[in-house]
Amino acid sequence: MSAHSHSSHGTMGKLMTGFGLSALLTVVPFAIVMGEFDLSREWAIGLIMGLGAVQIIVHLVYFLHLNSSNEGGWTLAATILAAVILLIVLAGSLWVMHNMNANMMPMSPGNMSEMSGGEAMPVQTHDASHGTDH
Amino acid sequence: MTMLDTPLTGVVEGPAGPDAHPDHHHESATPIGFWIYLMSDCIIFATLFATYAVLGYNYAGGPAPHDLFEPGFVAIETALLLFSSITFGVAMLKAEGGNLNATTLWLVITGIFGLGFIGMEIYEFRHLIHIGAGPERSGFLSAFFLLVGTHGLHVTGGLIWLVTLIVQLRLRGLIPANMQRLSTLSMFWHFLDLVWIGVFSFVYLVRLI
Amino acid sequence: MATEPALTAPETISPIFGRLTLDWIPYHEPILVGTFAGIVLGGIAVVALMTYFRLWVPLWRDWLTSVDHKKIGIMYMILGFVMFIRGFADALMMRAQQALAAGGSEGYLPPHHFDQVFTAHGVIMIFFVAMAFVTGIMNYVMPQQIGARDVAFPFLNNFSFWMTVAGALLVNVSLFIGEFARVGWLAFPPLSGSAFSHGPGVDYYLWSLQIAGVGTTLSGVNLIATIFKMRAKGMKLFDMPVFTWTTLCTNVLIVAAFPVLTATLTMLTLDRYLGFHFFTNDMGGNSMMYINLIWIWGHPEVYILILPIFGVFSEIVSTFSGKPLFGYKTMVWATACIMVLSFVVWLHHFFTMGSGANVNAFFGITTMIIAVPTGVKIFNWLFTMYKGRVRFEVPMLWTTGFIVTFTIGGMTGVLLAVPPVDFQLHNTLFLIAHFHNVIIGGVVFGVYAAVTFWWPKAFGFKLDDKWGRRSFWFWFVGFYFAFMPLYALGLMGVTRRLNAYMDQAWQIYFVVAAFGAVLIACGIACGFINFAYSIINRKKLACGPDPWDARTLEWATQSPPAPYNFPENIVVHGRDEWWRMKQNGFKWSTNYQPIHMPNSTSTGIVLAAGALVFGFAMVWYIWWLAAISLLGCIGYAIAHTFNYDRDHWIPASVVAATERKGEPA
Repeated sequence: MSAHSHSSHGTMGKLMTGFGLSALLTVVPFAIVMGEFDLSREWAIGLIMGLGAVQIIVHLVYFLHLNSSNEGGWTLAATILAAVILLIVLAGSLWVMHNMNANMMPMSPGNMSEMSGGEAMPVQTHDASHGTDH
Repeated sequence: MTMLDTPLTGVVEGPAGPDAHPDHHHESATPIGFWIYLMSDCIIFATLFATYAVLGYNYAGGPAPHDLFEPGFVAIETALLLFSSITFGVAMLKAEGGNLNATTLWLVITGIFGLGFIGMEIYEFRHLIHIGAGPERSGFLSAFFLLVGTHGLHVTGGLIWLVTLIVQLRLRGLIPANMQRLSTLSMFWHFLDLVWIGVFSFVYLVRLI
Repeated sequence: MATEPALTAPETISPIFGRLTLDWIPYHEPILVGTFAGIVLGGIAVVALMTYFRLWVPLWRDWLTSVDHKKIGIMYMILGFVMFIRGFADALMMRAQQALAAGGSEGYLPPHHFDQVFTAHGVIMIFFVAMAFVTGIMNYVMPQQIGARDVAFPFLNNFSFWMTVAGALLVNVSLFIGEFARVGWLAFPPLSGSAFSHGPGVDYYLWSLQIAGVGTTLSGVNLIATIFKMRAKGMKLFDMPVFTWTTLCTNVLIVAAFPVLTATLTMLTLDRYLGFHFFTNDMGGNSMMYINLIWIWGHPEVYILILPIFGVFSEIVSTFSGKPLFGYKTMVWATACIMVLSFVVWLHHFFTMGSGANVNAFFGITTMIIAVPTGVKIFNWLFTMYKGRVRFEVPMLWTTGFIVTFTIGGMTGVLLAVPPVDFQLHNTLFLIAHFHNVIIGGVVFGVYAAVTFWWPKAFGFKLDDKWGRRSFWFWFVGFYFAFMPLYALGLMGVTRRLNAYMDQAWQIYFVVAAFGAVLIACGIACGFINFAYSIINRKKLACGPDPWDARTLEWATQSPPAPYNFPENIVVHGRDEWWRMKQNGFKWSTNYQPIHMPNSTSTGIVLAAGALVFGFAMVWYIWWLAAISLLGCIGYAIAHTFNYDRDHWIPASVVAATERKGEPA
């Protein structure tokens, strides 16, 4: 056991700190959706995504014990690389597909044009079926 | 494949070898190896998230998130998974303290939370299919079912692994090889909770705004 | 590759055999029946000989169940060469067809057969030839280069290999049971969706790639962990040989890119099997998303193939120039740059799909940028040779052939990176010529160089020089004959994958290309003759552990190396460690200690066999068999984890005896 690098899985204190932070970071976004708050759509989306990102970091630090010294920093390096590739895949796909849809399907109201955040989206998309359907 | 990632070199301090053996200068490769595996798993989820982002508005005249998602239901699922992460953390601390029975108990509790989560997810899927909102209904629902279902399959795999490990712990106790497995499974379990943060934020909540 | 049974009849699915009926067995196709008969007769001969010489037990014990990275590496190479024969036979068939089918002639291959041939050629050459070769070389060489006894997870290595084999077998099963896909090597939907491809062809494609992909990804994890954790004492990152560096970057690419392929193929599978709508034309599917995703994997994939080969050439150039590699650090950084940049160029594969000018310009520019670090490497090799005492042994011959050929291929690649040019050349034979130029000139030449270079390490004798040179010259000249005409045809606007064409002016180019393919066939034949000739004359060609006067640690071991590679733990002091050890008159201390080694296991081969059965059952909708094999695999894997007795110690006396025996007479 002593030879292993996971010599510490932290302490009960660290675990509970992580729990508290996670619980808070979970309750707030659910409250934004379920409660009646006077928040603009952009703010609400931004807050939910931002809090999610923060909670992911909380989990990495408090539950997965990620730090810069573990395994000579290789776990951190691997995590950063994975995050970069995740961003490339996500943002790249959205950009490429959005751009193409904008160029190829100018008549379609129901597709990516709403990604830019028209406030009437859910209502509109409900009856406007997607352009590729036809 | 997670059941196969059992370490083979430099981990099992075999009784056959002489003490303080000079051939043993490498520490276990399992933690970093498994972490790399998790990162590759993370890219699978990245692809599924990207697909959900791109196809997620293609309702094909079918139901939209507002018609289908219940934030309260998702909140309970989220709570179950978060609790299971904490109880696994406690199990890990008990194991490091050398308390086999307490470790087993907390692992069983973890498993019950995990089972509850899976049960809720199966209920949700059945319900959606029942009301005609199955994966073959639209591009949006295809992407939804695959992303959430892949996470659910991982949790199911984790549960099978958990049961296996509990049996192994009862058979052999907290020996170094089992401690290694326990801490590997703990990484897996926490990782799944981490992915779920992305799911409840990006798949459910944002789409209910 | 059977003629497809009448598709108008509704498909009946039997509870026992799924959709597999006798109609799917191509007993009415003379070419296939002949091939099948040949394989059966050959198989019977091999079985008889093996039984006669009592080789079954050693084969099982010493090879199939072995977790030794060297044996697994060699088995990957054997897999690569066997599949190479299959893939090259497909190439010859295409060249012959296109040389014949001009001006109204239909050649000898009907379209549905021709389409299977080009699909199989691409799939096999990339996934089961090139991937098998580079994985094999990395497996064999890298652990020895870092002074390790084996990889980090030896059982996983064995399992990964057998999963690759299972995938390869599934592709070959399609030759005699059913058909293979007719959709091109990347199976773009909607053509590959269930609406347009009913038969089992695409399903063979999907399951074989998924099964092999599990092996590839896990092998990537394994080799990265090996480099991180198993390096000899004192070996810092910037002491690692360049081949080890390229292995590291390659496997990072594998681990980062293959999951995208897995996920994408899963979506296509769900579309086909369960009626999902990811890439369909209706119900909110978007087939262009498939093309986007598959190339996010596909572009890193080409660097997965070429990066280790860059490492091979780096080792060879510095060894045969008698100098340390010029610009070691720039070589490492260039490799790392390529690794990252390869993730931001994927759209250049579909400039014509309809994205706007901004997007196309961005990806065009990143594509041009990625040529820069590659150019840096070319200069590093040239400067290493400059003022060196270059010995033009066969590996060096392949290397010079590579530098010339690869540079041409790289330049046509930069040409294609310009979006307006690409609009003219997209999907033409110019593109085909370009990527064969870099893959043959790069990967294939590199594999031949690597095999010639490390063969004496693996077997204790060199390959014959004369046959090696013949093989090289046939390949080199044959390549130019086979592919330069395709550049010209591409510029004329001839598209790829043509079964027949009307314009007879094109025919002469196709005939020249077919002649080139025959020259390449001679080159391949010379290569195989070389193996046979050298094995027969192995006494005459026998050599010591370091026949090339090389620089890195793998040459410190015996040839062939003992199972444990190094009899003592090595302490590394810097780059080109073996060169330094030789200068200091290094000798093993002979004060040997017991060595800790992993046990052999049959679990890998059993699980892969289960996966093969599962894949076959899924292709044919034999649900009961799929369920049994899947549950069987899971159960067997779990049972395997109950085995805690996974390693053994080699006593010091055995080590001493092995080392005495290995000493040159």
